[in-house]
Amino acid sequence: MNKYAKITLDGLIFQNPTFMLVLGTCPTLGMISSASSSLGMGLTVVVILTLSNMLISALRKVIPNEVRIPAYILVIATLVTLARMVLEKFLPDLYDSLGSFLALIVVNCIILGRAEAFASKHTVVESAVDGVATGFGFTFAITIMGIICEFLGAGTIFGAHIMDFKIGAFTEPAGKFIVYGLSIAVFTCIMNAVERLNRERKYQPLTRESLVKEAI
Amino acid sequence: MATFIAIVLAAVLTQNFITERTYGICPFLGVSKKTSSAVGMGAAVTVVMAIATAVTYPLYEYVMVPLGIDFLEIIFFIFIIAALVQMIEQVIKRISPSLYSAMGIYLPLITTNCAVLGVCELVIGDMSSIIGETAAAAMNTGWAVLYAVFAGLGFTLVMVIMSGLRERLNNYGDMPRSLKGFPIAMVTAGIISMAFVVFSYIQV
Repeated sequence: MNKYAKITLDGLIFQNPTFMLVLGTCPTLGMISSASSSLGMGLTVVVILTLSNMLISALRKVIPNEVRIPAYILVIATLVTLARMVLEKFLPDLYDSLGSFLALIVVNCIILGRAEAFASKHTVVESAVDGVATGFGFTFAITIMGIICEFLGAGTIFGAHIMDFKIGAFTEPAGKFIVYGLSIAVFTCIMNAVERLNRERKYQPLTRESLVKEAI
Repeated sequence: MATFIAIVLAAVLTQNFITERTYGICPFLGVSKKTSSAVGMGAAVTVVMAIATAVTYPLYEYVMVPLGIDFLEIIFFIFIIAALVQMIEQVIKRISPSLYSAMGIYLPLITTNCAVLGVCELVIGDMSSIIGETAAAAMNTGWAVLYAVFAGLGFTLVMVIMSGLRERLNNYGDMPRSLKGFPIAMVTAGIISMAFVVFSYIQV
């Protein structure tokens, strides 16, 4: 497997920031009451994360080791300020739905975490790939949870009416916490099952009986 | 007086940072495994929130707005918070080495706590963003700092409740393997949050 495929798979699945590392929980919990605002938050984070990863990677030889964290924060804060202006001017609906969580992207652990753990040690291209992959891993996770919460809590998906029955708690923090917790549990469970299947396939062919045994 | 009560109730109960606004979830989940560390973290966050608000609110209102550089708020605020956390760390180290070693690890982490930046961003909005549409008084530095202190205490309250529950869960909990750790903590937080919904019936 070449290294870009590995970086992409890590960002999307094996080190998914939302489900595996449980980073950036505040914007996740703030946004998942509606699918469209989760998608908007995810894509904003993709753009900011990719740009910050590229800038920090390009500057990694210039920034002295002792002041690297303030330097990273300066880069990220500048990008967030720019993103805020652009969204306010061109996408006012998204700007309103993100609310205060747009400014809080500065202290989003995913972005600072990728800067410290990845961009400061890799080339610009690798960091850009990592930024896109991790960003889309985040987007994919919060959009799925956004769809679940919006469907159960408001009876709509991306604003389109689906059913009249709704449980209001799922668009409130209480329901969002529970959906997030159970989503992590389901994701971990699937990852464990896949890993076990992979391990067993090495010495016995995958049959219906072995799958039933696996399920039990 | 009515404003005082409204701010205190909003900060601690009805608009609690964790259960209602979902700010500061990372330290809430990360440092709530033991009650003693939860109390230490809560106290440190409360102090930083109060001092940060006392510095950023006047700076924004009396310097940045008149100069027309209020669009730089995020950059200024995050640097003030980072500098404050460093300073508080030095002061605590000098005054009380035992307290410093007790919460040494958590102090630097406060910089990237959304609750601190969140409270600075909230108070520069008008009063209605804090206590709702019934706001009678205008925002000023005193109310801003009061709100920050009680928001920090509300944060500490939920941290302590959570840490007590998690200590029990670790000792007696028998649950599926994939629920252990973060998932069950999230579900617990959801149930605490449900309990806090009751406070939304308070009318001031």
